[in-house]
Amino acid sequence: MSPKQATADLHLKDRAGSIFDQLMPIFATLAALLVGAIFLVLLGANPLTAYGALAQGAFGSFNAFAETLVKATPLLLVGLGTCIAYRGSVMNIGGEGQMIIGAILSTWFGLTFTELPGWLAIVIAMLLGILGGMIWGGIPGILKAYFNVNEILSTVMMNAIAVQIMNFLMRGPMIDPVQREASSQIPQTARLLESYRLPRLSPTRLHLGLLIAILLAVAVYFLLWRTTLGYRIRAVGQSQPASKYGGIDVKKHIVVALLLSGAFAGLAGMMQVYGVNYRMITDGSATGFTGNAGFNGIVAALFGQLHPLITIPASVLFGGLLVGANAMQRVVQVPSALITALNGLVVVFVVSSEFFRKRSQKRRLSQSGTEQAKPEEAEMQQEAGEA
Amino acid sequence: MISDLLSATVIIGIISSGIRLATPYLFASIGEMFGQRSGVLNLGVEGQMLLGSFVAFYVTLETNNVWLGVLAAMGVGALMGLAMAFITINLHATQGISGIGFYLFGMGMSNLLFQKLVGTVEGVKGFQKISVPLLGKIPVIGEIFFNHNALVYLAFLLVPVAWFVLNKTTLGLKIRAVGENPEAVDSLGVSVAGIRYLTVIMGGVFSGIAGASLSIALLNVFQQNMTAGQGFIAVALVYFGGWKPFGILGGALLFSMINALQLWIQVLGIPIPAELAVMMPYILTILVLTLSVSKGQGPSALTKVFEREG
Repeated sequence: MSPKQATADLHLKDRAGSIFDQLMPIFATLAALLVGAIFLVLLGANPLTAYGALAQGAFGSFNAFAETLVKATPLLLVGLGTCIAYRGSVMNIGGEGQMIIGAILSTWFGLTFTELPGWLAIVIAMLLGILGGMIWGGIPGILKAYFNVNEILSTVMMNAIAVQIMNFLMRGPMIDPVQREASSQIPQTARLLESYRLPRLSPTRLHLGLLIAILLAVAVYFLLWRTTLGYRIRAVGQSQPASKYGGIDVKKHIVVALLLSGAFAGLAGMMQVYGVNYRMITDGSATGFTGNAGFNGIVAALFGQLHPLITIPASVLFGGLLVGANAMQRVVQVPSALITALNGLVVVFVVSSEFFRKRSQKRRLSQSGTEQAKPEEAEMQQEAGEA
Repeated sequence: MISDLLSATVIIGIISSGIRLATPYLFASIGEMFGQRSGVLNLGVEGQMLLGSFVAFYVTLETNNVWLGVLAAMGVGALMGLAMAFITINLHATQGISGIGFYLFGMGMSNLLFQKLVGTVEGVKGFQKISVPLLGKIPVIGEIFFNHNALVYLAFLLVPVAWFVLNKTTLGLKIRAVGENPEAVDSLGVSVAGIRYLTVIMGGVFSGIAGASLSIALLNVFQQNMTAGQGFIAVALVYFGGWKPFGILGGALLFSMINALQLWIQVLGIPIPAELAVMMPYILTILVLTLSVSKGQGPSALTKVFEREG
């Protein structure tokens, strides 16, 4: 074999290996589904019937698929925020709280100012949703950057605080005047004006939010790989000492990463109100309002390898799991909480599969003679090449 | 009505329930402390507690034996600890995000099993109060300190034991060394992975007991998400306590007293919004982290992957 041929051969192998690496999250998810199948058997259900019902419920009809996309929208938005934050090595777990505060601000606005043209009200509500999320993400950001407070813990606490603020407002100051008089006292706000609601693709509940979220995914892609700000956030995520040496204000970029990440979650909260429910309602927990999107969005982004564009199909997949879980519950009587457990396993498996990806990357690099380059550096180089 | 808070019965009540409510914090935090001292940050405590809580409840419901319930919770905690240890030590998974995975798993799994196996909210005959002979009869003091269930006593006993193990035994020395300088420990022929497996599994066991203490000793019911963030607070308490057992004891008591106060405020109908009262521990956690982390220094190798050269 000529040397030229050998190199070509090696390149082909490289290509195949790297495609294999890209598929890691899919293997991780299949592994989670396999474990789920074992649980299903233990619970006395036929896994094939169960997963069949799940797929049917999620993608089986136009309406089902529309519902999947409705569920995918907040996952995508939270996931985009996750992409930005995690690329900057900031673990934002506060999506739930950021969604709630964004929703509170925008709902308050929509119920207070009722004389505006619809489009203007929606735009202002979006900005307020973003602002709410930024406030709730910014606080942990500042605490991490300047007081060295672990952001995972602070964002979890911020979630719990946001829930109590929501409960307080829904039960008192922001309660629907009708409910205030009624004996039922359901903790919910009044409904938004019809002209303030995001346009829908009738007869489904699919709203404009999905389109906005997809456009934002493209925007995040540009932000991360085509702008200085994005480059700096990623540099801080790769190595703080190196970034500092290179003249990047590390603290500032940690705060910015959390602000941006919170902004997306806040917008997701706004859309749950303006696109789906048209009011805020609480069952006392965060899940009652967010449907766990603050956590599931992280799962989708991890599955999408923290790439905003891959996070789009990933969100649709996990949105489908959520919608399908209800169908599964009806058919095989296994509670839909199984999906939460499986999402946890997906996270565990995806972060574990990183090991195999790095190892095979290392092996390939040492074969092609760039032994000195560490995997992370190689990744950065690879990304620079992409850009 | 604020003056109601200052009556002797209420004050005794608050302190006494504060001591009881410290139980889950103590078990979970002390367990987490061992993990962190060896360099592993386990953020899955909440999930381990939830699953431990359900399993203890279910086994007690079926067997009427609280100790079997605790044992089952320990087993589940150990298994989850083992999984956490494997992926963070052998597969080098990021510790923070793995913990969130285990949290989601524990939350989903405990909800799933509860709905499938129990279904409705049901009480269980949990641990009974044991009045310590003689000491329990002392007025006020006896009521505050010596009229609790077995798990409360065990939790407080764990603090000096943990201090002794950590500071006065070879094992404790190894744990601390692995958390500070794993390379040096490795060069002395001690297995870094072995020590970390031990501490992370032990942490899981204690988190399991912490969960059990909620469902079969303090509340005697199981509800979905009944830990309500206590597992995360327990992790924060390790920072607050400066990675020391007695520091953690102080933090746990501070939190549980605030919790007790909050419950009594609601019971007495004092006109502070209940939501504000419930919020207090979480706000306190953030304040405490802000004020303590910048001063205290954690183990140098915390969250860092250890890889043998070559």
